[in-house]
Amino acid sequence: MLNFVDSVQEAVSGIQDGSTVMIGGFGNAGQPFELIDALLDCGATDLTVVNNNAGQGDQGLALLIKEGRVRKMICSFPRQSDSWHFDARYKAGQIELELVPQGNLAERIRAAGAGIGGFFTPTGYGTMLAEGKETRIIDGRGQVFETPIHADVALIKALKADGKGNLVYRKTARNFGPIMAAAAKHTIVQVSEIVPVGALDPENVVTPGIYVNSVVRVPADAGSSEKVA
Amino acid sequence: MGVMESSIKTSEAPLSRDDLARLVARDIAPGSFVNLGIGQPTLVSNYLTEDQDITLHTENGMLGMGPEAKGDEIDEDLINAGKIPVTELPGASYFHHADSFAMMRGGHLDICVLGAFQVSVTGDLANWHTGAPGAIPAVGGAMDLATGAKDVFVMMTLLTREGASKIVESCTYPLTGVGCVTRVYTDKAVFLTGRGGITVRETFGCTLEELQELVPVPLKAAGE
Repeated sequence: MLNFVDSVQEAVSGIQDGSTVMIGGFGNAGQPFELIDALLDCGATDLTVVNNNAGQGDQGLALLIKEGRVRKMICSFPRQSDSWHFDARYKAGQIELELVPQGNLAERIRAAGAGIGGFFTPTGYGTMLAEGKETRIIDGRGQVFETPIHADVALIKALKADGKGNLVYRKTARNFGPIMAAAAKHTIVQVSEIVPVGALDPENVVTPGIYVNSVVRVPADAGSSEKVA
Repeated sequence: MGVMESSIKTSEAPLSRDDLARLVARDIAPGSFVNLGIGQPTLVSNYLTEDQDITLHTENGMLGMGPEAKGDEIDEDLINAGKIPVTELPGASYFHHADSFAMMRGGHLDICVLGAFQVSVTGDLANWHTGAPGAIPAVGGAMDLATGAKDVFVMMTLLTREGASKIVESCTYPLTGVGCVTRVYTDKAVFLTGRGGITVRETFGCTLEELQELVPVPLKAAGE
């Protein structure tokens, strides 16, 4: 069921305590800042968040972590020069970390959206990130079994949606958007522009509307996406 | 040992970081698809020539990455894996993260160039985590790059600040990948790793005998 909603507050209002929330973006590119701000305001807590990083500076995901709303992070690269809110929570033992190699993170998200129960991959074989996991030798290479990552909700950012929820993205801001849209039960998208049905060339649609549940327009020049950490 | 010394190239002095980047760039075959890791490997892009027609991959979802963006070129939607604003070259393409890593993990990239803490004689790589108590681990795409590219080149200084060799019998830091490194470019020598153990292709500012005194594993000249 596809809904076009009037505000980011309305878009995130159904997110429950204890939810697993995928948040798109790699660094600031593609990070849905306005949806994250609305999630912060709506008060949902005890969240498991899936993102490549664990927040930068004093905005977006970093603020959710600062406010103690994230119980667990599933990510590949939490430690950055400006990840001070995660660092503090982690060192205080107040946040759980599941560290996942970036390609495994992406493929586990993709697997969830594609209904795949898991896969074997050489990535991580023989390392501490494979400890306790099932392994096999396949085609002469050691491989590790990895399971899908599902989510209750995905918050992503795209450039445009049409009236059917079809999405196009912009440059490297695409990153996790398409796979998170497919992996979550409920996908909420903020876009710069909503265009009529038929205005997007079907050959150029990146995320078909079947994966999209809520769309909210956030003009590109509005709000916190312009903040600098 | 004297016979072996004469069989490999040497230079007068150790290589600077830029000289090393120039050497790695020269060794990349024309037409290759290449991923340059964050840090020292990024310098390699400064020395790739147009004739080489190298396509750079950035794991956040792009082939055909151009130089770092300056001034008006800066676009917050166009960054590299180090989150630095970059430019796109004609013929560039964008794709999502799972496609980007499938490209890497599926063996489609010819070469990745990575930094390292340690490389073992059998090509094990340690470059993501010191394992120090209290250190926050962060792996990013390092393990995928190490196992996915056809060739894995490492660029590093041969010695730590304390003078210990980063070429080791077996890594003491947590591993990034097992038996994945094919070449190691250092300021003092280029090493080849593989099933036959470790060999030295060329030395810089030292003889093979002098190099052997710095490295705690038996070395021989490549091709011996």
